[in-house]
Amino acid sequence: MLEAIILTIITAATPLLLAAIGELVAEKSGVLNLGVEGMMVMGAVAGFAVTVSTGSPLMGVVGGAVAGVLVSLIFAFVTLTLVANQVASGLALTLFGLGLSGLLGESFVGQPGIKLASLDIPGLTTLPVVGKIVFGQDILVYLSFAAVFGVAWFLNRTRAGLILRAVGDNHASAHALGYSVIGVRYLAVMFGGAMAGLGGAYMSIAYTPLWVENMTAGRGWIALALVVFASWMPWRAVIGAYLFGAVTVLQFHAQALGIGFPPQFLSMLPYLATVIVLVAISGNRRATLFNTPSSLGKSFVPDR
Amino acid sequence: MKKLALLAGTALALAVGAVSGASAADKLKACWVYTGPIGDFGYSYQHDQGRLAVEKELGDKVETAYVENVAEGPDAERVFERFAREGCGIVFGTSFGFMDPELKVAKKFPDVKFEHATGYKSAPNMGLYNARFYEGRYILGQIAAKESKKALAGYIVSFPIPEVVMGINAFMLGAQSINPDFKIKIVWVNSWFDPGKEADAAKALFDQGADIVVQHTDSTAAIQVAEERGLKGFGQSSDMIKFAPKAQMSAIVDDWGPHYIKSVKAVLDGTWKAGDVWEGIKDGTVHMADYANMSDETKKLAEETEAKIVGGWNPFTGPIADQDGKERYAAGVVAPDGDLLGMNWYVKGVDDKLPQ
Repeated sequence: MLEAIILTIITAATPLLLAAIGELVAEKSGVLNLGVEGMMVMGAVAGFAVTVSTGSPLMGVVGGAVAGVLVSLIFAFVTLTLVANQVASGLALTLFGLGLSGLLGESFVGQPGIKLASLDIPGLTTLPVVGKIVFGQDILVYLSFAAVFGVAWFLNRTRAGLILRAVGDNHASAHALGYSVIGVRYLAVMFGGAMAGLGGAYMSIAYTPLWVENMTAGRGWIALALVVFASWMPWRAVIGAYLFGAVTVLQFHAQALGIGFPPQFLSMLPYLATVIVLVAISGNRRATLFNTPSSLGKSFVPDR
Repeated sequence: MKKLALLAGTALALAVGAVSGASAADKLKACWVYTGPIGDFGYSYQHDQGRLAVEKELGDKVETAYVENVAEGPDAERVFERFAREGCGIVFGTSFGFMDPELKVAKKFPDVKFEHATGYKSAPNMGLYNARFYEGRYILGQIAAKESKKALAGYIVSFPIPEVVMGINAFMLGAQSINPDFKIKIVWVNSWFDPGKEADAAKALFDQGADIVVQHTDSTAAIQVAEERGLKGFGQSSDMIKFAPKAQMSAIVDDWGPHYIKSVKAVLDGTWKAGDVWEGIKDGTVHMADYANMSDETKKLAEETEAKIVGGWNPFTGPIADQDGKERYAAGVVAPDGDLLGMNWYVKGVDDKLPQ
């Protein structure tokens, strides 16, 4: 039972984690992209379409990431090159993604998908209790954790990561030092797009192998909230995503057990729990302020 | 955030609707308001199939328009009002939650005809239509009780509205007619449409011992979980056998086409009156997907029950007692339609507490 619950939690948390870690990098570079939902849903439709067309879920994963990048490039061009307002452009990107994915996906509605295979290592996957949890996941689950470690390492331990943070904290200074603010931000936004696309592809290939319009059902917004929840620290995003996933799944179990709580209250719990933890961990205001990218959401125009 | 997403969805839907509603003045314009995306392969999809049937049947005498993804509640008012102003001759509100906003707009535009699905409030220019899905759910209950090895089904539901409660009760009455001790576990996902949550709910129910899953939500996610686990379930709104060739035992399929054609024709002929139609298996509005993945005996039973319902028998025929054991309908008494449409109590044997 516990094993089954944990497996369900992993499935519920992975798309959130993938999208959140991508957005975290974009925000660290100073770009607030509210289009995560749009990029996710494009990743979902592309992932599903490529999977069904090629018969290979792995190709679908690649397709989802590529779609995410392509959509994010629209956002990058509009906000970075044309210097449009990031908030408005991000919202527009979500609307655009939801609409376009519905249009592109029309012929895929009602078609069964192919599920992404899970790892199966003889001897390890069959271990009691931890076997399936540690060694029996699909590639995107491992990728989500690799991304967390990779991003944490990149941001805190590499020169390139330092430059990215500098761009996000003070774009004028970074520019004065000779770094390409726009170039760095393009790359960060594209990374965010790729990860959101993977999160979406996870929905349509691994979580529920099907395509229907709006199937991400607001998870892009949750991922956005998780970045703030994580106060821009990658490992905290893991906590946020898994906390959210765990409460979501556990409240279903609580309902099925018939504990008699109003289900509306239980449905609210994941959000409530996230808010409570957010308040608790932001007690240290200085640390939070320190982590917030100071140039977040501000447009940059090179003066020369 | 969720609200924002809904708003965004509505705005988008408005744009989509505007495109599909390019007009020519001499035709009758028939308009539909859907709560989900037409690509949900469930409830809204089936309504849209009905709209397409109207186009096919009446050809160039009508033009149709629709808005999808409209949030239930006060927000829907704008969509109905826009349709009324844009010259729609008849507007169909396809979801329970549109009831009050649609009624409000109907009163404001007495010359426009409205029809509302699955609700109970009407006006001289706002008729009601509904499908007797509970007939199908009674059959599903019988199948579940016959086929479940654990005498336990998991039931995934959206919101505690009469339509849903009626479905749960009909399912239980069907199951109890086979096995009086049959139990269900109920999980509310508080959404008509979130495949991820539906899958999570199905997993939770199976993990807690159910071997059959029933859903009153729209996507194929739950039945796919059943397929993956080698367990059984039922499709919802459309035939989902392609998604679960080994798991789907049957599905309640909505077929709104005949009703829509009838209504639109009546408007064209000038004979339309605000009616209150509630059609079921007999009329073809509700039909059962092929009985599959079950024993021949169960299949025969299901077919017999279906024939009995077509013959005019109502599953809500007494004796029916509620959760507390109080008799609601004495032996032989058929629950009046009004009671069913406002149903807010569980029949005996449901262990859940009805959320208010």
